[in-house]
Amino acid sequence: MFGAGGGTSSYLEVETADVILLWGSNAREAHPIYFHHVMKALDSGAVMYAVDPRRTSSAQFADVWLGLELGSDVALANTVGREIIAAGLVNQAFIDHSTSGFEAYRDAVDAYTLERGEALTGIPADVIREMAHAYATAESAQILWTLGITEHHNAVDNVLALCNLALLTGHIGRWGSGLVPLRGQNNVQGGGDMGALPNKLPGFQDITDPVALAKYSATYGVELNPTPGIHLTHMFEAMERGELTCAYVIGENPADSEANVDHARTLLSGLDCLIVQDIFLTRTAELADVVFPASIAWAESEGTVTSSERRVQRCHQAVAAPDGCRDDIDIIGELARRLGYDWGHPTPEDLWNELRSLSPMHYGMSYERLDAEGGLQWPCPDLDHPGSPFLHGWLWEPDLGGHPAAPFSVVGHQGPIEQLTDEFPFRLTTGRALDSYNTGVQSGGFNSPIRTGDELEMHPVDAARLGIVDGEVVRVTSPRGSVEMGVRIQPNLVVGLTFTTFHFPELVDLNLITNDAYDEKSGTSEFKAAAIAIHKIS
Amino acid sequence: MADLHFSDDEPTHAERAAVDAVLGPVAAELVEHERVVRGGTARRRGVRHLLLPALHALQNEAGWISPGGLNHVCRQLQVPPAEAYGVATFYELFRTTDPGHTSPVTHVCVDGPCQVAGADALAADLEANGTRVHRGPCLGQCERAPAVFIQGRGGPDHVPADAVPAERVIPQQGESSLRLLSRVGVVDPNSIDSYVAAGGYVALRRAIDMGADATIEVVRASGLSGRGGAAFPTGVKWAAVRAEVNSGRPGHVVANADESEPGTFKDRYVMEHDPFALVEALTIAGLATGAETGWIYIRGEYPLATARLANAIDQARSAGWLGDNVAGSGQRFDIELRRGAGAYICGEETALFNSLEGFRGEPRNKPPFPTTHGLFGEPTAVNNPETLLNVVDLLTIGLDTYRATGTERSPGMKLFCLSGAVARPGVYEVPFGTTLGDLVDRAGGVVGELQAILMGGAAGSFVDGSYLDMPLTLEDARERGTTLGSGVIMVFNTDADMNAAVVRIAEFFRNESCGQCVPCRVGVVRQHELLMPLTRGHRLEPDKIELIDEMARAMKDASICGLGHTASGAVQSAIDLGLVGGPR
Repeated sequence: MFGAGGGTSSYLEVETADVILLWGSNAREAHPIYFHHVMKALDSGAVMYAVDPRRTSSAQFADVWLGLELGSDVALANTVGREIIAAGLVNQAFIDHSTSGFEAYRDAVDAYTLERGEALTGIPADVIREMAHAYATAESAQILWTLGITEHHNAVDNVLALCNLALLTGHIGRWGSGLVPLRGQNNVQGGGDMGALPNKLPGFQDITDPVALAKYSATYGVELNPTPGIHLTHMFEAMERGELTCAYVIGENPADSEANVDHARTLLSGLDCLIVQDIFLTRTAELADVVFPASIAWAESEGTVTSSERRVQRCHQAVAAPDGCRDDIDIIGELARRLGYDWGHPTPEDLWNELRSLSPMHYGMSYERLDAEGGLQWPCPDLDHPGSPFLHGWLWEPDLGGHPAAPFSVVGHQGPIEQLTDEFPFRLTTGRALDSYNTGVQSGGFNSPIRTGDELEMHPVDAARLGIVDGEVVRVTSPRGSVEMGVRIQPNLVVGLTFTTFHFPELVDLNLITNDAYDEKSGTSEFKAAAIAIHKIS
Repeated sequence: MADLHFSDDEPTHAERAAVDAVLGPVAAELVEHERVVRGGTARRRGVRHLLLPALHALQNEAGWISPGGLNHVCRQLQVPPAEAYGVATFYELFRTTDPGHTSPVTHVCVDGPCQVAGADALAADLEANGTRVHRGPCLGQCERAPAVFIQGRGGPDHVPADAVPAERVIPQQGESSLRLLSRVGVVDPNSIDSYVAAGGYVALRRAIDMGADATIEVVRASGLSGRGGAAFPTGVKWAAVRAEVNSGRPGHVVANADESEPGTFKDRYVMEHDPFALVEALTIAGLATGAETGWIYIRGEYPLATARLANAIDQARSAGWLGDNVAGSGQRFDIELRRGAGAYICGEETALFNSLEGFRGEPRNKPPFPTTHGLFGEPTAVNNPETLLNVVDLLTIGLDTYRATGTERSPGMKLFCLSGAVARPGVYEVPFGTTLGDLVDRAGGVVGELQAILMGGAAGSFVDGSYLDMPLTLEDARERGTTLGSGVIMVFNTDADMNAAVVRIAEFFRNESCGQCVPCRVGVVRQHELLMPLTRGHRLEPDKIELIDEMARAMKDASICGLGHTASGAVQSAIDLGLVGGPR
């Protein structure tokens, strides 16, 4: 909607926000460092609404938890939007000056009355109304979200529905207000910034832009392919069609992390050539023809990472890599040399300076400044620029800084693809626990006193109905597969909803059953909503 | 994964109800609906200061702090159970180990005059009758030794002696020279009308009329200094808080009514018999400093004073002397009354903050000082009730009249608590400069032959008859190497067993050290151990005395609060005077 993909706000801003909507995010466990900023905000009086199908440990901090029906995020956002309009709480001057498409949006959400919102989301109308009014009338307000928004087949719609709320109220482009997608790793933002997206060049320049492409081609000394690449989900489809026969996987473990993972493993095993570059011998690496052992980026090599607040930070080598492991730069350079291109031995700083020459938003970030100033937030276009704590200040400039007005998006409620049936009557959603990380590649090697393993959490009422006791091992089946796992009875869930983590694929191969239906626009699978059956084993 | 880890113990229905009644809106806020829950962790953590009131409710309901009850409190307030257990075990009035008791507990004081007056025999008698007895430190009733306090179970706490009608409340009752005690025994302590008719709220009116800065200036010019023992200039304290509040920070004023220094009971008389005066005085402090919240932290063993203050606060609020617009001044001020739970150290101002906030009453490092970082880290003026009472007197009679009493460096009147071997023990009000001998005479003189006087309580020092000519002023006491402290004058005649008295003082500090600073934690135990042989008639060898002196130095140098600084004072003075252990 606004161009570059990145959180609009600095971490510190949430501390000064008056109202926080924590939407589809269990930041307390998944983003514990960021959540410290949220807790400071709560301590200084911010009011937090947590929107999540589960009453997560994050939601327990909130003033109000709204346990919406899984997958009804667009319906809730549209109902909030309609209520803000109906109550006359829109920021009309901002809408007139900085946005486009308001009328179409207003007409589209008109059907989302509080009553209909209640029917679709399960949240009482008065609570939706309260949240709408609190958000609209706040001096500053932030919407924070994570995978509860994006791991759906309509992920982009979910995001756009939230962006609409910021446009309605002007909670964007100024200190304290913003839209903040929290990133999963220390450098997810940096990976995208450096061009690890199918249609982007480093610095978020579009590969279909001939001017940008020419600039990069000239610097790299090679004609770049102007056709956008394909995202991961499409890659698996291309493998299935036999179009994609070779994969070079760097720091990713798709043989555990993909939804409907059995299918993914079959495809990976059928490739002509699979190369895996990783710091551990992952399940994917076990399938590979060639494995490149890499050094650990944040401990054994020099370079930069970029956090969710677009802050580029230097990381320094602290320890030497074990024998046989090499820096990612060395591995890629050596591979290029074998393929006939000798790039010499550039240092991380050489490569960084090359990027700065190509990416205007990084230009002002010399290594010297990054070290001296504790990192800088892009855009930082010249060496005197202080960096940008928040994005889209142009929305408030008289001429919009030359940008086109920010468009409202019309999106409608769809709900999860996989409907509950008599055969698969329970809803399964997935998530993460504080002490573990995704498929456990980086966290499974450590012990933790608070770890319980992957368990199927279910409401006591459901457990009683099925005659299941706490700790009992059950068979969990979806249309794609089946696993055995223990049950944990958990009153913080809504009846009919079950939940599990997927941190221990070697013990519970959970992604055998998750849904690989995905969002055409983002490529993300619907990890958050599968239909399952639960059967007693004995 | 929740933040907190609870055991499986559940509260009884009664425990749950008792706690929820105290937590009120906090508990009610948690509205559970299948898809909506209100009342977030952060909000509930914000009212952790209700932890102590909740523990009081549990203790009263069940007779102990049960694991299930503690779990319930911790869930409601989002306090880690281990931490709340640490708080509960810190206080004398909470028990965590004896389930199943259904009867009240009779606390018998074994300090100072009570010890001399036969507390041990009384406790043994009570136990023989099947009463649950707890032998504990000073209960603040030294004038009617041996003192008893009954901690209720399922009913209110009470002090049997309060029910005994007395001909007069204080020995000086009705004397025209009285200023701080003029209303004690004269006004109806339950009626604001009676208080106003006796000249109440004249001072607050004056303070509102002259404005905050002028009020502080008068307090400063009066030379009023803290009556809790530290004698810090009150005007300076108030001005510092006002400066912080003016810079935009919320402030607090606290009445430190945790009167726990053995031998001290003056504030109790004022709070029991003239409670509106403390309410008025604290309101003046609030208006002068700009603080909008006042707190009275009263010791848990004062049930009558607590009830009368609670009533006084309610009546003052109803009459518009407290609330959003105090007496039409346009200023907001209100008072919260909180009970301590039996911990001498909570009289130390920063320990008192921790206790109010729901933590163990351990003193904090200073600086930062309370005037900038006090209660909840916010600017706070802490004053002793007697100090505050002086402000009412000062504003009522005017600066010049006020300063005309006492001495240049110790102006005004002073309350003294006379106990032990005097004919008429009680609280006395005399001008600064009255000699110790005169004061003892006023109390009817020494019963028997004078052996020693403990000045300033356990944290003070023993003096002998040569001090009877000493004028009671801050400067004279300092010059002669003793202290007025909180106004304790505890008289021992030659019948008293000084060995037992001194060993008891050592034991008192051993029990009351919070344990935070190593020199104090270890020093008070070793000191008690070294002195214990005295009770078996042993002499104190010179090397033992040397060791006591050395530990006293270490405690003075390396403890962060006054408890460690003074824990050896009385012991050393008793040795110096030859009261114990043979000649030095």
